Amino acid sequence: MTVRAWRGISFAERMATVDFRVGARAHITVDAEICRSCTTTACVTACPADLFAPTADGGILFNYEECFECGTCYMVCNREGAITWTYPDGGQGVVFHHG
Amino acid sequence: MSGATEFDVVVVGAGPAGSAAAIALARAGRSVALVERGPFPGSKNVYGGVVYGRILDQIVPAWWEEVPVERWIVRRSTMMMTGTQSLSVDYRSQAWADRPYNGMTTVRSRFDRWLAGKATDAGARLVTSTVATGLVRDASGRICGVHTDRGDGDLRARVVVACDGVNSFLAKEAGLLPPAEASHHTLGVKEVLDLPRSVIDERFGLTGDEGTDIEILGCTRGIPGGGFLYTNADTVSVGVVLSLPHLAAAGVRPEELIADLKEHPSIAPYLRGATLREYAAHLIPEGGYDTMPTLATDGMVVAGDAAAMTLAAGIWLEGVNFAIGSGLAAGRAVDRAIGAGDCSAAGLAAYRSDLEAQFVLADHKRFRRAPSLILSERVQQRYPGFLCDMAEELFTVTNPTPKPGGLRATRIAAARHGVTLRALAADTVRALRVFG
Repeated sequence: MTVRAWRGISFAERMATVDFRVGARAHITVDAEICRSCTTTACVTACPADLFAPTADGGILFNYEECFECGTCYMVCNREGAITWTYPDGGQGVVFHHG
Repeated sequence: MSGATEFDVVVVGAGPAGSAAAIALARAGRSVALVERGPFPGSKNVYGGVVYGRILDQIVPAWWEEVPVERWIVRRSTMMMTGTQSLSVDYRSQAWADRPYNGMTTVRSRFDRWLAGKATDAGARLVTSTVATGLVRDASGRICGVHTDRGDGDLRARVVVACDGVNSFLAKEAGLLPPAEASHHTLGVKEVLDLPRSVIDERFGLTGDEGTDIEILGCTRGIPGGGFLYTNADTVSVGVVLSLPHLAAAGVRPEELIADLKEHPSIAPYLRGATLREYAAHLIPEGGYDTMPTLATDGMVVAGDAAAMTLAAGIWLEGVNFAIGSGLAAGRAVDRAIGAGDCSAAGLAAYRSDLEAQFVLADHKRFRRAPSLILSERVQQRYPGFLCDMAEELFTVTNPTPKPGGLRATRIAAARHGVTLRALAADTVRALRVFG
């Protein structure tokens, strides 16, 4: 069914439609020690780019490369200092062409 | 003035607020640096439906002849839905199909670049691919410029205009905005889908450059927020807006909710065969009037999303117009403050009084209680189903059983959704107060 095919779009295919100019510096850093005491891990499901993944030992693994720079992760985080978030360097990061 | 002052004003962010401020200042003869962190204006920006253009009268006469419009909105629809039902208030006006128009769809990479071009035409210096990383203060603590991530470093100015968006690190550093207040923000996620122009025209009932905007309630699995679907020239944009704390608590992924919406029987036929061109996400400051920061401090003013100037009042969903309006007012106030030689908070106070005298703060103040009503539990989780069921009770012909009548249909639908008539009456009064 055609309609179902939309759900069939993989996350990688979805993100491949976005222009990311990836810089060398990670503009997000995560303090895994703080994350280990977190029970909500709100960043994991709320991040629209799906950049945060829980690890087996209770920490958080993250990517910064395909980040929308929206700010959801640090806004929903309830652990002070767990996520440090800045903008990527000038000219780098996401470039929306149809925003 | 010391020789270190390179510009009269540094405007941070070349979105609609920043470009409008730069236009007002440059046209008044001030030297302006317009700093943009993206490679071009609009590259970091996303919006969710309609730009209302009348504020552009103050910038470009006959702006409609040159603005990069996708379609002029002639049809706007508010749809309430459950998984299998929908009830719409659908308004169309051909008066909106002609000058001066009412609303337009656009693409921010083109619209923001066009507006920034008006600033550079007036003499502002646009500096792209540059992040304003912090505030420069003089010995007395007064803001007098910004640090940047470029090799040549700081930009000095008599006043900084912070139009650096919803996450405004400059307003946060100045102590005007809280570091992270999830409850004041929603997340918007949007898909832009390719669809041939002729197919869009046929499916949405449009001719030429006419467009449609549909706002949707009841499509977010109870997470406060809503959905939208609007037409561009040869793409359509579909997405959802979600309260951040509730999204986090629900543990649902945002793109799942777009997928839900796209599969809805009232939406899917519009989108059949459409393919994804670009996916996007952006935060929206939806807290309204009561969550706005202090707008002026010594050496700095705040405008646009950085000042939480988006009107999320249910039947009105506006932002770009408020950004332009606040940017123009900021530019005018800063020009006067420089002229008077007083760029302190007191010297810049005319910015706020100017905004209060026009739509920017008047609309926000009048509808200050709208966000909490629109995002309330009953409006979000009960009323879409209640109203759809009421319509179903009224319009389902149950011969040989006689028709229920309006009051009984209301009672049946209300009971099914746990809505008491007392609550309904209370919310009706509240809505009259909020929107009256």
